[in-house]
Amino acid sequence: MSSSRSPGQIALALAIALFLGVFLIVPVATVVYVAFTEKGGGGLTLVNFLDFGRTDLFVRSFWNSVYVSAMTVVWASVLALPLAYLTTRFEFRGAMLVQTLGFLPLIMPPFVGAVAMQLLFGRNGSVNLLLDEWFDFKIGFMEGLNGVIFLQAIHYFPFILVNLSAALRNIDRSMEEAAQNLGSHGLRLFRRIALPLALPGYIAGASLVFVKVFDDVATPLLLNVKEMLAPQAYLRITSIGIDDPMGYVISVVLILVAVATMWATALVMKGKDYATTQRGGGGLARRKLRPREQVLAYGVVILILALVLAPHVGLLLLSFATVWSYSPLPDGYTLAHYTRVLGDSSVYIKNTLLYAGLAATIDVVIGGAIAYLVLRTRLAGRQWLDWAASTALAVPGVVLGIGYLRAFYGVNLPDGTPLATLWIVIVLAIAVRRLPYALRAAYAALQQISVSLEEAAENLGATKARTVRRVVIPLMTGGLLAGFVTSFATAAVELSAVLILVQSNSDAPLAYGLYVLMQTPAGRGAGAALGVIAVLIVAICMWLSQLAVDRSQRARGLDI
Amino acid sequence: MKDMTLSKPARAVGIEITGVNLSYGTTHVLKDVALSIRPGEFFAFLGPSGCGKTTLLRLIAGFAQAQTGRVLLDGQDVAPLPPWKRDVGMVFQSYALWPHMTVAKNVAFGLEERRLPRAEIDRRVAQALELVGLSPYAERRPAQLSGGQQQRVAVARTIAIEPKVLLLDEPLSNLDAKMRVTVRRELRSLQQRLGLTTIFVTHDQEEANTICDRIAVMEAGVVRQVGTPMELYESPANLFVANFLGSANILDERSGMPMPAGKRLVFRPQHAALSAPEGAALRGPVTHREFLGATVRYAVRIGDSEILIETPFQSGSEMRSVGDQVGVDLPPRRMLFLPA
Repeated sequence: MSSSRSPGQIALALAIALFLGVFLIVPVATVVYVAFTEKGGGGLTLVNFLDFGRTDLFVRSFWNSVYVSAMTVVWASVLALPLAYLTTRFEFRGAMLVQTLGFLPLIMPPFVGAVAMQLLFGRNGSVNLLLDEWFDFKIGFMEGLNGVIFLQAIHYFPFILVNLSAALRNIDRSMEEAAQNLGSHGLRLFRRIALPLALPGYIAGASLVFVKVFDDVATPLLLNVKEMLAPQAYLRITSIGIDDPMGYVISVVLILVAVATMWATALVMKGKDYATTQRGGGGLARRKLRPREQVLAYGVVILILALVLAPHVGLLLLSFATVWSYSPLPDGYTLAHYTRVLGDSSVYIKNTLLYAGLAATIDVVIGGAIAYLVLRTRLAGRQWLDWAASTALAVPGVVLGIGYLRAFYGVNLPDGTPLATLWIVIVLAIAVRRLPYALRAAYAALQQISVSLEEAAENLGATKARTVRRVVIPLMTGGLLAGFVTSFATAAVELSAVLILVQSNSDAPLAYGLYVLMQTPAGRGAGAALGVIAVLIVAICMWLSQLAVDRSQRARGLDI
Repeated sequence: MKDMTLSKPARAVGIEITGVNLSYGTTHVLKDVALSIRPGEFFAFLGPSGCGKTTLLRLIAGFAQAQTGRVLLDGQDVAPLPPWKRDVGMVFQSYALWPHMTVAKNVAFGLEERRLPRAEIDRRVAQALELVGLSPYAERRPAQLSGGQQQRVAVARTIAIEPKVLLLDEPLSNLDAKMRVTVRRELRSLQQRLGLTTIFVTHDQEEANTICDRIAVMEAGVVRQVGTPMELYESPANLFVANFLGSANILDERSGMPMPAGKRLVFRPQHAALSAPEGAALRGPVTHREFLGATVRYAVRIGDSEILIETPFQSGSEMRSVGDQVGVDLPPRRMLFLPA
């Protein structure tokens, strides 16, 4: 593969670079530029940032966001640590079930369950009504910032759980045995050996949670918490207008926090790749639980499971409820909400399938192309395509939305409508947001294919293009399909960029419809019904993706 | 070297293993194992993979539980003791160095677990590292060391706690061939200096022969023979041992050689010579000839079997060709009749 620099590849690389330039780099650069210019188009200035620092509301919002994100990490760790420890360190029935929880945050983003959780855990929610009746006290689960922390921790702890469990499983058992041999045991052994070795995995999960919570717009807003940074960016742009510089300043701060978090994570993780599995028994040695420990362990697991399922159960109840307020359970049940959303609100569902389908297609095509260019060619600067596409990870959805609005509002189509108001812009924003995930899937798929398979095709007379078509793409299908479905599923519930870009209800996807409906008590039932449908769509996708991966792995197993 | 407590021979400890049976589910891994390892001895568990030698080692360290039998360390039954209270130092096949700690921290670990005063820990870490020649590497991470150096860290970490016995689980298997020879000599001289009772697990007869005082040859969970390397080679107790240590020719009565019922004739290739076929008890055609330099190796077909015969090579000595009929000259004192 020495001289792979065909004109076709160069054209492909340039097309991708153009796409990323127009739909990722220009909008983000525009946001940054506006943040540093005087209002009304003056010269470069820092005055907007000084204003930001002088405005109590923004400073308070900033610290609130930091507080909520940090506390979410703390509480998510409290939930994840015992589960990870129990399932990797002990013979524990139900370990599979606990690990499956790892997919729950992908199935339902936190904003979907926000209102349902208010009804279950709010001041006059089911739990507090029962507590008040039986024990005469209430717990402020959902009061102000606590509500955001509570909801986010329940939704995002699996990120820590999955990363931490994987790290614990990657520790070779001789690591622990050597310590026992030298006189260590019990919790001290865990603290000195297993925990530090698993720390990189924990940090990876924790920083992901921190950034996700920091960037979330919809969850705080649905809980009526406005004094956080991401919601402020949204409110500023939608209520004051796209000429107000503060929305852009906040956006820059959001990007900086995301970048700083990722940078700090990379710094901490440097030189700490501790995967120690070697031949002979991977994973920590598992111990049997004593009876009393067993009761405690299952108690903890069931409590956490109940918390994790609460938003789903609440959503389901709400979607069938006639009236549900000031009572532990709904007063009555009805199918009316489903008839409503499947009838006049069905446009949301149709839009979602269309948008997510298009976005996922774009992601798989571009992701696959970038993976091929990086791994299989020697084009100068091919790595830049990867880096550019991956920067989307550091760009909060609300920032991308603001960037699109600002960058494309002035661009008019021949008939005079601004580009930014077209529904296709929503698709592009979602596609750019999900591109890094599809890219990773494509990388993984391509890395599993030995270069010699391609060389054999070329040796037998196939051109590069024909080799890609007849050998590479068929072998990548499973991986690309999994990437498509994952992109589709997460795109179907993408909201923060969409919130900014939707111009009319007829162009809105399901997540937006749900957000709007949930704002009013009358719309809640229908909103919940939409939420249940969204959960179903995503769950089915996840299942299909798992199926695709299994299948392609089995097929490959036969081939090799 | 006055205060080098580590280099002084500690009071050596013997190990008694009696009637040990160990199963994982339906797999019977150790069958009625009994061994007596003398204080200060360098002892090997030798056998092919899956013979139970590592399991036996892990049993002594407390990482496996036997269904029956006892393991006595210095006369004391260790069954009730968990691994962390046994004071048996084990060097793992993978070395199991903790990647998040420096070399010095790795070595200090066991001493810290024993709550020794800081000054004492520092002193003993320095000593242990000096003993294995790694003092300049104290602040490195394990990943920055070569395989041989990592192995020495693993040894230093273990002897720093001054264990009652030292267990080495295939300590040379992750080293290249040249390093193996160097490291096994180092291990031997270290063991001699410390006077530490040591058990060495290996599947390589050369390793066991060159550094161990005595060897237990194991097969399928059974100890087939215990003895010094020379005893095992000179007078193997059974066909397995004869075959596993060096090469051996095995013939049954179909060869035409009279032998006791149920026994087999066993002899080493270099103990036989080629002669004229007339009148020889064993005879047949030459099927292969390999020139090895100092010796010439012939393969001779005797009935259904093929035996190997190695004769010293001198220039001018008579060579046989493939197809020649030859007789095999075997002195009676070189004949072993072993149970089939």
